[in-house]
Amino acid sequence: MTDRTVQPERLSPLHQKHLDAGASFTDFAGWQMPVRYSSDLAEHHAIRTTAGLFDLSHMAEIFVTGDAAGAALDYALAGKISAIAIGQAKYSLLLSPDGGIIDDVVVYRTGESRFTVVANASNRFPAAEALAARAAGFDAVVVDGSDQIALIAVQGPNAVAIMDRLGGWDLPIAPRDLKYYWSTLGSYNGSQAMVGRTGYTGEDGFELYVPVGDAATLWDELMAAGADLGLVPAGLASRDTLRLEAGMPLYGHELNLGTFPVQAGLNRVVNLKKEGDFVGRAAVEAGPPEGSRVLVGLRADGKRAGRADYPVRDLDGAEVGVITSGALSPTLGYPVAMAYVDPTAAEPGTELFLDVRGTSIPASVVALPFYKREAK
Amino acid sequence: MTDQTALRYTAEHEWLLVDGDTATVGITAYAAEKLGDVVFVDLPSVGATVASGKVVGEIESTKSVGELFAPVDGTVTEVNDAVVDSPELVNSDPFGEGWLIKVSFTELPPLLSFDEYTALVGE
Repeated sequence: MTDRTVQPERLSPLHQKHLDAGASFTDFAGWQMPVRYSSDLAEHHAIRTTAGLFDLSHMAEIFVTGDAAGAALDYALAGKISAIAIGQAKYSLLLSPDGGIIDDVVVYRTGESRFTVVANASNRFPAAEALAARAAGFDAVVVDGSDQIALIAVQGPNAVAIMDRLGGWDLPIAPRDLKYYWSTLGSYNGSQAMVGRTGYTGEDGFELYVPVGDAATLWDELMAAGADLGLVPAGLASRDTLRLEAGMPLYGHELNLGTFPVQAGLNRVVNLKKEGDFVGRAAVEAGPPEGSRVLVGLRADGKRAGRADYPVRDLDGAEVGVITSGALSPTLGYPVAMAYVDPTAAEPGTELFLDVRGTSIPASVVALPFYKREAK
Repeated sequence: MTDQTALRYTAEHEWLLVDGDTATVGITAYAAEKLGDVVFVDLPSVGATVASGKVVGEIESTKSVGELFAPVDGTVTEVNDAVVDSPELVNSDPFGEGWLIKVSFTELPPLLSFDEYTALVGE
């Protein structure tokens, strides 16, 4: 049973590192996490051009093990998790029975009968409880390991070079040889640890899962390894603009219990061909009501950004949608937003207006993502 | 370097440099830090009549939107075009080159001293 009693604000195992680096903090899902160290724009640009380091220790790691762990996850999640290879990672959705989204997760297969489900900090308890309940009929055990695991992400074009320099790791596969969305389980300074070639920035990079007691040492070693490679610590403000440019949804903004995967453009994540039932299947097959809004990208001119909850209007001024995330894109230099709009307003090229606190800003529907890194 | 002890302040985290019947207005370093990197400022026009406590402009960062309140009743005599072109001045020099508007006034409302403002933000 997970303890859900109200707790004081939680601090990352790296909190002292952030204090030492002069971070400003924000409350995020009950955690005090760095929002920026000096400049969120500089941190954003560093990740696009050199490298940045994120403390993501607030995120949840839920272990699902047992002979039927894959089958349990096939039932619990929208994708066919049992089909991924050992070492592979997969983005998936934890659906509610009525087709809404409880959380979006990344699942790593760490062994024949071992999986790690990484959930959003804000959804740790709903995700862990849903997984445990759904696995109950299977030969599988669900353990919430979030309190034992720290997560550090190194992201950006220099991430490979930084990982090359790190000592203390004993891994079956060198990080530089990992393919995108693959991982390797080994040890760091003698403790079990995992490296995934995953991230939430639209850049190349790695996510490093280590025991909380090893996090501070790893942080220091990463900072030292990246000192001459443009590595900077980066806060959640830059993480948000990076993922927005990359067209990646954020739970609570683009995804929630009232949104079907198809509305969010995530039909590809739902595997209706897989055998057997899974939670939410019938609802997803039936689909959302006719005319339900769909997620689109919006691009505007100038410097003034639409932001979450601002209305989107058609040329006659009628409200046809609502923004879920928006910012002046640091990389592109123009305002971008994600919004849910009526299907009639969702075609790329559609001209719309953002209602920015009463001022109408012309915008047009564009394909997501806004930014895609150049393939090497 | 602006002598911050010589400025007057508001609870909305703005500062005033009073010179005769004109006040130069900006936002404090505390406010700039809370906003994050400023990327857009919207300022009133020269000649606009402003009323104390009313919103006359906006200061946007990547993360959020801050409102600029008129700290006095009066008329806008000058706006800082440099900060419109380079909003980052609000972060790099909030008490100097990052000033926002100048307002001519007939009467000053009660304002905070440096010590009072410092106590307000707890620094």
